Amino acid sequence: MAEYQNIFTRIQVRGPIYAGTPLEGNAAYGRGGVPTFNHLFGRLGDAQVGPIYLGTIGLAALICGFVAFEIIGLNMWASVGWDPVQFVRQLPWLALEPPAPSYGLHFPPLAQGGWWLMAGFFLTVSIMLWWIRIYRRARALGLGTHTAWAFAAAIWLYLVLGFIRPLLMGSWAEAVPFGIFPHLDWTAAFSLRYGNLFYNPFHMLSIVFLYGSTLLFAMHAATILATSRFGAERELEQISDRGTAFERGGLFWRWTMGFCASAESIHRWAWWFAVLCPLTGGIGILLTGTVVDNWYLWGTHHGLVPSYPQTWGTVVDPATLPGAPK
Amino acid sequence: MSDHITKGILYGLGLVGVTAGALLGVTTLLSMNHPPIVSVQRGFRGTAMDQLYTPKALSDSAAIQAKIPHSLPPASAAGVKASVAYKNVHVLGNLSVGQFTRLMVSITNWVAPKQGCAYCHNVANMADDGNYTKVVARRMLQMTQNINGNWQSHVQNVGVTCYTCHGGNPVPKNIWFSNPATQATMGVAETTTGMAHPTQLINYSSLPYDPFTPFLEHDYKIRVQGENALPVSNDSSIKETEWTYSLMIHFSQSLGVNCTYCHNTRDFGNWADSSPARVNAWYGIRMVRDINNNYMDTLNGVFPGYRKGAAGDSPKVYCATCHQGVYKPLYGVSMLKGFTTELSGPPSTTAAYKEPPGLPTGAIATAYDATPLSPLSPPGTPTPSAPSIGSAPPATPK
Repeated sequence: MAEYQNIFTRIQVRGPIYAGTPLEGNAAYGRGGVPTFNHLFGRLGDAQVGPIYLGTIGLAALICGFVAFEIIGLNMWASVGWDPVQFVRQLPWLALEPPAPSYGLHFPPLAQGGWWLMAGFFLTVSIMLWWIRIYRRARALGLGTHTAWAFAAAIWLYLVLGFIRPLLMGSWAEAVPFGIFPHLDWTAAFSLRYGNLFYNPFHMLSIVFLYGSTLLFAMHAATILATSRFGAERELEQISDRGTAFERGGLFWRWTMGFCASAESIHRWAWWFAVLCPLTGGIGILLTGTVVDNWYLWGTHHGLVPSYPQTWGTVVDPATLPGAPK
Repeated sequence: MSDHITKGILYGLGLVGVTAGALLGVTTLLSMNHPPIVSVQRGFRGTAMDQLYTPKALSDSAAIQAKIPHSLPPASAAGVKASVAYKNVHVLGNLSVGQFTRLMVSITNWVAPKQGCAYCHNVANMADDGNYTKVVARRMLQMTQNINGNWQSHVQNVGVTCYTCHGGNPVPKNIWFSNPATQATMGVAETTTGMAHPTQLINYSSLPYDPFTPFLEHDYKIRVQGENALPVSNDSSIKETEWTYSLMIHFSQSLGVNCTYCHNTRDFGNWADSSPARVNAWYGIRMVRDINNNYMDTLNGVFPGYRKGAAGDSPKVYCATCHQGVYKPLYGVSMLKGFTTELSGPPSTTAAYKEPPGLPTGAIATAYDATPLSPLSPPGTPTPSAPSIGSAPPATPK
């Protein structure tokens, strides 16, 4: 019998074509397309493709996302004089920037940040519609809405960065630019402006949950792969046939650290870690500039900052000396 | 999908992957530093205040030092003064003929070794001011005297000579021009923001590519970090921060050092945690503003068009002009030692330090919008130090 190999596998998950659970009520929730098999998909996951449900909301989300993508891309292309070679070459550097600080929260002309506002609007609408779609698909299948709320946590961070915090600061200029390197440079500048984000306790929490998520994911995934030789992935059998794969997984962790998660609780841990990462991060961003201006100094006030011996003697700001040039 | 099509796609993807991987590998090898990297600890342990060097970079820099020309033997200060012996001598008239001639020969070695005297002088009449280069050279002598006489806070006792920047070239290798908008936009598309196009000057970041005009010619405020934990007085925007950040990257590039050469990066703004080199750099910024405004810009009418930038501006200096990738120009070799009479001392003919002029206009002002974040200023507080230049509507797109 073919079996999963750990790390890599050549197994194709390919059962009989399955149309899916019949849904009660609304016919609009029906799925479209003839299901088929795809070998490439089978290498990554289930080989069955379709049927799919797009619906009005899904379609609207895709259209809005496409509009935002086009606004960003075409402005970037225009910024290199419509040169296709330079567009490809400079793509990682190109940006669609938010309006200048002088516009505050007003609507600037298209060329001075209006396009940025418009791209942000369509991207936000697209993301919100996609959230609704995820929520409604989950309800239609009779599932819980955990996926939707996890997605909402990410949307929270996105909205804080690009909408809520700029509103509180009174300036669209405070928002993140669109662009690959530009948004990274923006992040560094944000930390520089506000006195080192590493001293922001919510940033610390966010990092805990980020790294914690990867740790939990590695532990969980490794446990499942390591027990797959006993068929751990065939969850149905675990219900009636304990003592083989899943029990060994639990035993392994009790041996190594005296405690093990259960098959259910490990996913609760993972879900909360993943969700708390952007939730705490968003709180940290929201407090920056609105409530705290310099996180390093804030940390000094609250005993977060170690002090080191002076190695150079006293260094004084020359601007404070009498007769200093401006 | 039939299996051999799938197989073809897989092999195709594999081929693309291998090619992309090879390209990425070659790019990495060519563009990044590779070991060994020498780490020199400068600050207290645990603060990461280390400087990183590669043997290659060090040997490149050492080559600069090896090329420094020897100083000519000193000449006697006695004898006829240059002002008496020669006509049209404005700056060096108090030197003896011997000192004067020695300096002229030295300048030739430092600035125009291949071109010789004729690069500046009309050799039929050495007193003639017909060549623009001679007028520029005269102003540059005043500038050198000003630097050595008034800016010891930056150049200290090492001082500068023509060679520090020129290095045997009639035009120093590292100069800059205003770069308000190199990338044209079209129609209603986003107007240039002065950023997001990589240049070597700012280490290929996507930050503003001309931080020099606002900070090294004009005196936009560089300090963006607040001095209070809570938001009471600092209304710098993140966009302003990006300009400061860009300038600092230029410092790092020009001196071949990391941020930690001057700053303790846990709190960039804090002076008590900084190294003394930061004080030196602070004076350097003022010195460069002085040079650009009171020397380079005043020569604008003298420079011919082909020496000026696209915007018709004079060539200007920044950190790299003298430093050329080294934390001390020429590794601290003082060429001034043999020329203290000629090139330093209180410069009588030099204008006193003038404050940089008002804020610039045009594209750079549009790109660098210093408008403070108004909601942060409680009512009744005085206007922040950076004047708002964004209150006027920015220029319409081209």
